[in-house]
Amino acid sequence: MKRLFPILGVVTAALLVYALYMALIGAPTEQTMGNVQRIFYYHVPSAWTAFVLFFVNFGASLVYLVKRKAAADMVALVSAEVGVVFCTVVLVTGPIWARPVWGIWWTWDMRLTSTLVLWLIYVSYLFLRRFSSSGETPTLAAALAVLGALCVPFVYFSIWFFRTQHPQPVMGGGGSIDPRMLHVLLINWLAFSCFAFLVCWSRYRLEKLQREVDQAHALESLMAPRGSVR
Amino acid sequence: MIETPPAHVVTVTNLIKQFGRFAALRGVSAEFLGGKLYAILGDNGAGKTTLLRTLAGLNRPSSGRISILGSGKFHDICGQVGYMAHPSLLYDEMSGMENLGYFARLFGITSDARCAEVIRAVGLDPELARPVGQYSQGMRQRMSLARALLNDPKILLLDEPFSNVDLNSAGEMVRLLARERDAGKTIFLVTHQASLLEGAADEFVWMEFGRIIGRTRELKRPAIAEESAT
Amino acid sequence: MSAPAGITRVTLLKDLRLEWRSKDASNSMLFFSLLVVVVFSFSFDPSAEESRQIAGGLIWVAFLFAAVVALNQTWAREIRNQVLDAYRVSPAPANSLFLAKVVGNFIFVSVLEALMTPLFIAFYRLRSIGPAWQLLVVAVLGTWALVVNGTFFAAMSLRTRSREIMLPLLLFPISLPAILAMVQATTAILNGEGARFWMTLLVTYDLVFTTVCLLLFETVLHAE
Repeated sequence: MKRLFPILGVVTAALLVYALYMALIGAPTEQTMGNVQRIFYYHVPSAWTAFVLFFVNFGASLVYLVKRKAAADMVALVSAEVGVVFCTVVLVTGPIWARPVWGIWWTWDMRLTSTLVLWLIYVSYLFLRRFSSSGETPTLAAALAVLGALCVPFVYFSIWFFRTQHPQPVMGGGGSIDPRMLHVLLINWLAFSCFAFLVCWSRYRLEKLQREVDQAHALESLMAPRGSVR
Repeated sequence: MIETPPAHVVTVTNLIKQFGRFAALRGVSAEFLGGKLYAILGDNGAGKTTLLRTLAGLNRPSSGRISILGSGKFHDICGQVGYMAHPSLLYDEMSGMENLGYFARLFGITSDARCAEVIRAVGLDPELARPVGQYSQGMRQRMSLARALLNDPKILLLDEPFSNVDLNSAGEMVRLLARERDAGKTIFLVTHQASLLEGAADEFVWMEFGRIIGRTRELKRPAIAEESAT
Repeated sequence: MSAPAGITRVTLLKDLRLEWRSKDASNSMLFFSLLVVVVFSFSFDPSAEESRQIAGGLIWVAFLFAAVVALNQTWAREIRNQVLDAYRVSPAPANSLFLAKVVGNFIFVSVLEALMTPLFIAFYRLRSIGPAWQLLVVAVLGTWALVVNGTFFAAMSLRTRSREIMLPLLLFPISLPAILAMVQATTAILNGEGARFWMTLLVTYDLVFTTVCLLLFETVLHAE
C-alpha cells in the first residue's frame, strides 16, 4: 500500500502537467471572452472536487455516528479540510474571472454563491473541531457534518430560484459546451481528483501518526510508576 | 442450607479513561458488593471523580468494561442510580419542593408526597418556599441528596457531598446514608473528609494516580506498594 | 399522556416559570430588541416606497440578532449547577428536553418579534400589499427554523471554548437558505407578489431539520 503512494504521485504529477497544458494551450480559445476564459478549467473542476469531498465527509460522518470508528472520523476531518481548500480555489478564481470579463468582482451566480455557502458551512465545521475538546470532537463534528450536508440541497434550490427571479451573469457552463472544451474540463477534473486524493491520503497518515503519538503519551503515563511526571 | 454468596452489584474491569494525553483512570479493576457503603479516598487527581462519573454513565471509558446491576449498558439501569456532586444539580430560582417536583417527573413519579418524604428524610422542611439559591451550603447539599434519593435508587453515587458543609449537616447526612445502606442500597462516596465516615463506611477504597491502591476496613492508608507495572 | 410528551410539557412549564421569576434576563433582552430596531432605523432611512423592498431583510436580520442573544441563554440555567448531569442520569429521553427547550425559545423569540414588529412598521411606515396573515405564517416558519437549529447548536457549543461565539458561528451558515427564504417571502408578500416557493422551502426545511435535530440531540447531549 505504501508503495502505491509514490506511483500515484508520479501519475498525478503527469496528469496535472498534461491538464495544465491542455487548459492553457490545448483547449480552443473561447470566442467571446478570449484567453481569460481558460480559468474556467480551474474554477469548475475545483467546485466539483470540493463537492465530492464534502460528500465523502458526509458519508464518513454517518459511518462514525453509527460505528464510532476512529478511521471514519479521520476521513471526515481530512475530506473537510481538503474540500475547504478547493472551495477557496473556486471563490478566488471566480472574482479573478469575473473582473476582466464583466468588470465586477463578484456575481451571485449559482455556482459561486452555493460554493460560498458550502465554504462557510465547512469552515464552521473546522472551527467546531478546533474549539471542542478532544473527547467530544468526533461526535459533535459528525452531527454538524450531517446537518451541513442536509443543508446542501436547500442551498442549491434556494439560490436557483433566487437567481431565476434576479438574473445574474452566469460564469461558464451556461448552455451547451464545445466537446473539446468538455474534454479538457474532464481531464482537469481527473487531475484535480487524483491530487485531492493524494493530499487527503497524506493528511490522513499525518493525523493517524499524531493520534498514535498522543496515545503513546497517554499510555506512557498509564504505565508510569507512582510519582513520575505526567 | 446453602448460602448464595452476595451478588456483586458493580464490577469494573481494567477501566481506562484518557483525556487527550492524560490518563485519569489507568486500569481500575474491582468488584463491589451490594448493600455496602464504600468511601473512595485519595488525593486530587487520583481519579476518584472520573471513576464516579464513569459509574454514573456521564463519562464513557476509553477502554475496559463496567457492569452495574448485571448490565453493561447504562441506559438499562439509569432509573436505579442516584447521582450527586459538589454542584447542587438544582435550579437556584425554585424552592426545594418545586425542584424535586420537577426531577420526580423525570423519573415518572407524579406524587408530591414522595418529594415531601425525601425532603423530610434529609432533615429539611418541605414547606420551605425559599429558593434553593438562598440556602446555606449544608441545606443545599442535603436537598441535592434528596434529589438523588427521589427514585429510591439501588445505587447511590456521591461526589464530595460534604465539602463546605457544616459539621452538623454533614453528620446528619452520614447518619441518613448509613440508614439507606442498612435498607439495602449500595453507596459510593467520594470525599476528602474521610473522618466523617469512620464507623459508617464498610470499606475505604484508596485511589492514587488513576488506580485503586488498596481497600481497607479501617481508616488507615494501606502500605504503599513499590512501583509495580500492573 | 405518554411519558415523553409529559416530560416535555413539564420541562416547558418549568422553564416558563423560571423565566417569569427572573425577569432580569427577559427585560434586558426586550430592551435589546428595541435598541436593535432603533439602530437599524438610524442606519437605514428609506422612503416609504423603498422601505417595502428592504424591510423584509432588515426585519429578519434584526430578528436574527435578537434570536442569537436569546438562544445563548438557552442552557444557561442548566449549566449553572450542572443540572444537565441530573438530566443525563435520569431515564428521561433527551428529545423531550430538546423539544421543551425549542418550544420555550420559540415562545420567547416570538415575544421579542412581536415587540419589534410594530416598531418597524411605525418607523418605516410599512404597509403590506399582500395579505398580512401570510406574513404571520412566514414569521412562524422562519422563527421555528432559527430556533430549532439554534437550540441544537447552543447545546453543541456547551462543549466548546468560546461558547457564545460558537453559536452564531455554527448557526448562520446552515441557516442561510432559510434566511434567504424568510427574507424573500416577506419581501414578496409585502409587495403583493406570490411567495409559494419560499414558503414551501421553509416548510420543508423546518421538517427536515426538526427531524434530524431530534434524532441527533441525544448523541450531542451525551458526547463527552
